[in-house]
Parts: sequence; structure tokens; C-alpha cells
Amino acid sequence: MTQAAITTTALTKRFGNFIATNAISFDVAQGEIFGFLGANGAGKTTAMRMLCGLLRPSSGEARVAGFDIYTQTEQIKQRIGYMSQKFSLYEDLTVKENIRFYGGIYGLSNSQIREKTADLLQRLSLEQEGNMLVRALPLGWKQKLAFSIAVIHDPSIVFLDEPTGGVDPITRRQFWDLIYESAAKGVTIFVTTHYMDEAEYCNRISIMVDGKIKALDTPAALKKQFGADTMNEVFLQLARAKS
Amino acid sequence: MKQFFEFVKKECFHIFRDRRTLIILFGMPVVLIVLFGFAITNEIRHARIAVLDYSQDALSHGLVSKITASTYFDLAENLRSEKEILPAFKKGDIRMVIVIPNGFSRDFIRERKAAIQLLTDASDPNTATTLINYANAIIGQYQQEQTHLQHLPLTIHPEVRMVYNPMLKSVFLFVPGVMTLILMLVCAMMTSITITREKELGTMEILLVSPLRPVLIIAGKVVPYVLLSFFISIIILCLGTWIFGMPVKGSILLLLSACGLFCLTALSLGILISSLTNSQQTAMMISMMGLLLPTILLSGFVYPIESMPVPLQIVSNILPAKWFIIILKDIMLKGSGLPQIALPMGILAGMTCFFLIVSLSKFKIRLS
Repeated sequence: MTQAAITTTALTKRFGNFIATNAISFDVAQGEIFGFLGANGAGKTTAMRMLCGLLRPSSGEARVAGFDIYTQTEQIKQRIGYMSQKFSLYEDLTVKENIRFYGGIYGLSNSQIREKTADLLQRLSLEQEGNMLVRALPLGWKQKLAFSIAVIHDPSIVFLDEPTGGVDPITRRQFWDLIYESAAKGVTIFVTTHYMDEAEYCNRISIMVDGKIKALDTPAALKKQFGADTMNEVFLQLARAKS
Repeated sequence: MKQFFEFVKKECFHIFRDRRTLIILFGMPVVLIVLFGFAITNEIRHARIAVLDYSQDALSHGLVSKITASTYFDLAENLRSEKEILPAFKKGDIRMVIVIPNGFSRDFIRERKAAIQLLTDASDPNTATTLINYANAIIGQYQQEQTHLQHLPLTIHPEVRMVYNPMLKSVFLFVPGVMTLILMLVCAMMTSITITREKELGTMEILLVSPLRPVLIIAGKVVPYVLLSFFISIIILCLGTWIFGMPVKGSILLLLSACGLFCLTALSLGILISSLTNSQQTAMMISMMGLLLPTILLSGFVYPIESMPVPLQIVSNILPAKWFIIILKDIMLKGSGLPQIALPMGILAGMTCFFLIVSLSKFKIRLS
């Protein structure tokens, strides 16, 4: 737990005059579940995209899995998984074909893919649905499948961008069981969310307001610091302070 | 390499599971070829004509039957006076009226000079001109037959030969045109749509986060369409040669490599379009308006480039389609070899490089 999975120092992204992410600095330990909170437009997605190598930072330093995000994006890409806000599986492919495709582009061998497929279908109890088109699955199942596929190549860090949008509370709970399962294996989870009950599930959380990190600690410590009973109150206090 | 193979396989699933795409891919070429080959044609056959014969002698009867014996003209009615001419046109189905004046054979034999009048419905100017040309040719023949090869004083008799397309079959023009159109449609439009679709669905992001190199992503999306469009061009060629008797006088190998080159040009255009926009709808509109319409209207496929206003003639030079149609006609009809078509081939290759360089630089900017 001591080696840092992600470290950033004054990481900044400007779009013209607009500063989307303003000199944010934080560390995430290996195996930690790190919640990345903030209102819409606070700069969460920008920060995450920089860490994944989709966006080039304007200034500042960051290392992901020990690699520099400016020069070593190829090594980083091998070691991270990513699940975006939008649903990211191919609806006109079957469950198995999706698994095979994503396993394939991450360079898994055929026998590895077969093994992973069987294991994954069994864990999600989707054995019956293996040859069904993903289109036909209920949303909750799709999300769980998307997460399982995002970690199919055993990445050391997974980035989840609002993974549970539009999903009912029970499925969300099941989804978090999957996240815990992965974290228990030592995978670092970096997750953005809007749901404050989910924030409570994280080991540590940071709250972004207008491109800056305004709070960063364990949920319990934050509640104590702001004298609040729930994370919701903490969040509202911070968000209101800005206006 | 295995990553790439998986990618191409996935792309094939997309293509073969989408019934609409399949219909466009395979239905369209056949429908267009048949439509242009059979239905839409600028040849004239069985035009209905009327005759006003004041002379009513053997010579005039002979002329009329000579004209109506050809497949171009059918005799619809015999008029009795000039007053009936305009009403006959107004009824709409008469395309031409032949007026033979009184004493036609007398003038012809005694004075060696006789006149007849041809009236055509010029509300459709192209048809009118064509009809007059056909009629003139037949009348000329008739005149020769009647004079029994006598030497007429001061006559110039033009001997016309239509080279490369002696039967003046319009399908020879349409097969290359339709082929160009289809390849444009399949390659440019389909690739731009399929790439923007990944962007819309959000899967493009996942792919970019994966270790797959961006160039491989694009190549993986494009390769299945290259193969498909090549296959489709072969289908069109077969339809053209077997059903419509389109000749292939030049080398087939050269013809196929020209098709391959044009596929690449169209694909690079498709990639360029997809780098300009993130939505499938926009990509489709750009392909329709920016590629298909100019291909139909300005490439010389439907309207001859020579008769366009000069600015449009200049514009037509930047259309890949124009050059491809030239290449196709040269190889298929004239049997040209590589030296004769080197210029248009070079232009196409240059355009392809240009489009690829521009779109790759665009793609990189977006990634950084």
C-alpha cells in the first residue's frame, strides 16, 4: 500500500482562457479506492482524461503506475483499464465477442481469452447469455459486463468515469461489490461519481470545485472536518462556498 | 498483428449484422447499374412522328417508309394540312413532323434539288437535336440510293464513323459513372460513418485508451471496406460486361489496380471527413453534399464537362471522380495502357496522399 499508483503535481489543463483543471496535486496509493467528486464541469473528466493519455496537460507533472504521462503513454496504456460515462460495449456484438475483442486488442492469447471468458461469465452468472447480443441485456448487466471487460487484462489501475449513471440502487450496490473484489486483488480504483452514497464506499475522496481540489481525505475525516452527518452535506457546503 | 486481426473481425461483425448497410452495399450497385443501363438512357428509340405529305408520289412514299422502317422512328399519324401540325405536337406524344411539299419527286428529278421540312418539339432540346441528326442521316442515305451513285455536282459526303462506341450505347458512359458513384458511396461515406459511429458511441475513447495504435485503429476500420469495395467493383464490372456488353479492351490487371487506387482515394476522403466531425449525421451530410452530388453532376458522368461554364470546369478538376472516369473509359473502351493513363493515375495518387496527410495530422491534434 505504500507505493503510489498515481501522483500528480500541479497538473493543469487550459482550453484557451478557460482553466479546466487548475494545478491539482494528489497521490493515490496502490490498491486504494479513490473517489473523485465534483459538480458537472468541475474538471473531473478533464483530469481523468489527462491521466489516461487522452489529453495532453498544459503544465504540471503526473506519473501513472510509475510512468510519466508525457513521454510514457504507451507503457501506461498497457497497465490501465478505462470505463467511460457512455456505455462502451458494442451492442451488435454478443457478450462473448465483446470479451474476445477487448481481450484481443489488449494482446491476450487465445487460451487466456478462453479462460477469462469462462471465468467472467461464471462470476457475473451470464453463462446462459454468452451468445446473446449485448443490446438485449438489461442496463445493469451491461454496466457490470463493461466493468469486467475494463479489467480483463488485469490492469494495475482502473479509471471509472461515472460508471453507475442511470442504474438502480440495487444494481449499483452489486456494481460496487465488483469494485471491492478488484480492489481486494490489489487493483487501484480511480472513480468519479455524482452519487454521495457511493462516495462513502471509497477509501479516500477528493472534491473538486472550479478546477481546484477543495477537500481530500477519508469520508469519515471529511465529515468531521465539515461538521456534517453525511457526504451530501459536505459536498453542498463546498459547492455553495463557491457562489 | 493479432490485435489488428481481432479488430478487423469485429468490424466485419458490424457490417454483416447491419441489414441496412448490407442492402446499401450490395443492392445499390445492382439497382443503379440496371437502372442506368436499361431505364435511364439518352438513346432514342421508337420516337413517334407525324407526316404531312402533299406530294403523295412514289418518291415521297419511299422516303417515309425508309424513315419509319428504322427503329428510331414510328409513324404515328398522317396529317392532311398544316393546321394539324401544332395540335399534333400539343397532344404531346409526337416528337417530329415531316412536311413533304407538292411536286417533291418532280423537283428532285428535274431540278436535282428538292426540299422537305423537319419540325421537332424543341421543348426538350437534346432530344430534338438527336432526332434531327438521325433523320438527316436517313434522308442522306435515301438520296444516295435514289441517285444511283450518280455524281452530284459539288456534294460533300461526310462518312461518319463513331470510334470506340460505334453503336453509341449510353451504357458505356454509365457503367464507369455508376462504378465511380458506388465506390465513392461505399468507401467515403461508409468509412466516415463507421468511424464517427465509434466516436458517438464512446467506444472510440476506449480504443484510444487501449494500447492499440491510432493508425491501427483507423486501418482496422478501413481494411474491411477496402476489400468490400474492391469486390463490389468487380461485381459492377461483371454486370457491365456480361449484361450490357461493355468491352474491356485494355489490361484487366491495370483496370483492377486503377479501381484499387480509386478505392484508396475515396477511403482517405472518408477518413478526412470523419476527422472533421464527431456525428454520424454530419458525416453523412458532408458525404452526400460534398461528394455524391459533385460526383454525379460535375464529374462528366451525366453532363459533359466541356459544356460547363469555365468556373465549374475548373472545379471539376479537383474531383477524384472525374479522373477515375477518364481512366475507366480509356482502359475499357480505348484499350489504353499505363503510359496513356499515367497522368490521371498520378493525380489520384497525389490526392490520396494529400487527404491522408491532412487527416492524420488532424487525428493527432485531436489526440494530444
